[in-house]
Parts: sequence; C-alpha cells; structure tokens
Amino acid sequence: MRVTVNGKTREVNNQLLSEILVECGYQQTCFATALNGVFVHRHQRESTRVVQGDRIEVVTPNAGG
Amino acid sequence: MTMLELYGRSFESRILLGTARYPSPDRLAEAVQASGTEIVTVSLRREAGGSHAGEKFWNLIKSLDVTVLPNTAGCYSAREAITTAKMARELFQTDWIKLEVIGDSESLHPDTAGLMEAARILNAEEFKVFPYTTEDLVVAEKLLHAGCEVLMPWGAPIGTARGLNNEYGLRALRSRFETTPVIVDAGIGLPSHAARAMELGSDAVLLNTAVARAEDPARMAEAFAEGIRAGRNAYLAGPMQPSDMPQTSTSLIDKADLRE
Repeated sequence: MRVTVNGKTREVNNQLLSEILVECGYQQTCFATALNGVFVHRHQRESTRVVQGDRIEVVTPNAGG
Repeated sequence: MTMLELYGRSFESRILLGTARYPSPDRLAEAVQASGTEIVTVSLRREAGGSHAGEKFWNLIKSLDVTVLPNTAGCYSAREAITTAKMARELFQTDWIKLEVIGDSESLHPDTAGLMEAARILNAEEFKVFPYTTEDLVVAEKLLHAGCEVLMPWGAPIGTARGLNNEYGLRALRSRFETTPVIVDAGIGLPSHAARAMELGSDAVLLNTAVARAEDPARMAEAFAEGIRAGRNAYLAGPMQPSDMPQTSTSLIDKADLRE
C-alpha cells in the first residue's frame, strides 16, 4: 500500500506501524512517531494499524532555539 | 544571589541557550560551557531511516550535563504543537516544553489564541509549559490561569537581534506579575540588550542566534553571561530614577571663592 513517510510517498508491504518503520530503515531507537498528526507512543507502535494514504512522521532530536 | 526558580527547580544561571545555527558541534559545546547555562533548548525534526544524526546530537547534549527544554518551533496550530510536545516528552524524557505557536510565517508573530489553547491542554496533561508569548497582559493572565508558572515574552521577533522592542510592555508585565518568573526570549542581539532585560526585572534571558552566529560563539556566550549578571545585579541594587534636571554630583558647599 501507499503511505507518506516524512513527506515522501512510499510503497510499503507491512501494515503495523512498528513493521513499516523497520521496513523504512528505522532500526535505531532514538525517534518519536506520529500518525496523521497524532502522537503514537513507542509502546503503541506494535498495535497501530496503518492504512493506505496515512501520513507517518518520524522525528529525532535536533538543534533548536 | 537568589536562584532562578522554574517549576520547583532551582538554577544559578539566568541564561538559557539555544543549540541551533552553530558552525559546528564543538563550537556549540564551547559556547554552552562558556555561558555557564544550565538549560538549553532543543527541537525535533524529521530523520531518514538509517541516519543517526539525531542520536549523535542527543549524545552531545547529554554529555554537556544540562537540563533540556524542547521547543515546538515551527508549529502553526495548537494541534501541531501538542503532538510535538508529546513526541518531545517521549524522546527527551522531560515534561518541560517551550511552547511556540506561530501565527504568521513572515513576522513569526506568536499566535496567542493558539498558544492559550495549547497551553490549557498541555497543562491538563501535566506538562510544564514555558509559553513563548508577547507582552500582552491579558494573554499572560490567561496563560497563568491555564496553569503556566512561567512567562516567556519576546524581546523582538525571532532572529532579528533588535533588542527590546517594547520596554514599557516588559516593565508592565514585571510589575503586574511580580512573583511569576519572566524569561525574555527572542530578538536579543547584544549583551547590552540582555542586560537591559534584566535591569527591567526579568528573571532570565533565552537566546540563540546572537551567540551561535558570532565570530567567536564561546566569547559571545561569556559576554552575554556577564551582561545578564550585571543587569540582574543592577535591578537588585535599585537603580536611581532619571531626571530632566541636571544636578552636580560634587557638592558646591564650601567651594572656595576664587573670583578675581
């Protein structure tokens, strides 16, 4: 199915958020996620089902003022 | 010297430093150390799978042994800011959040209606909110009513280095909310600007670009720390009031009569 990860459209094979993240190369642990603008706690990723057209955001620590 | 009290925690330093726009991670670390800051601001940004840039940055910040204050920079709605705050809480393991809701992309003027809405929701979810706001007294009152225990009025719009655009507004805020910590955030360009904010009775100053973009960030960080200390001392010392009438400082009593 087709989803958007950090603004880029991708074709993914999995349906659970945790699986899609691994599929997209997120092996590290230092990130936070949101699905369609709503925060998804790290413990909820394994039970969060993603559907066609969903928007996934993956963010990490960055410099800021 | 009294300590800076923020949400039940005490700090000696009254400078909060941003971590963006430094020429290198080393220059950032040097500036943090030279400033003596105990609180630095950080943000969240997208990262591609397989990259470890965020983790590397986070390890650098952790090595500096400072308190982190994550921001919601770049958020244009309460909803965006709330989601960002929740992601920041998980990632940085802190309930502190510098709440920014921007209303206009050109002026970067805070959207105070969105700010108040986000502050109410985040306070209810037990965040400790540091709201980036204007000098508006009514907005400040509502932020405090929503549960905020700190106010962060701007000095001038973000990144302008103009100093304090509205001294009267900052003075009014100080005198209206005598016991609430006031941190002047944004628009500061020079140590004299920061010193002035402190002379007006602000409790601390938050700045970033003026240090990060200086030719020598560590030296500028030290200069800001000195300015902020000087301004704080001046406020506590009780400055004399200005007058339109000149007055000699040397007494004229018993001056010799030297007329010819």
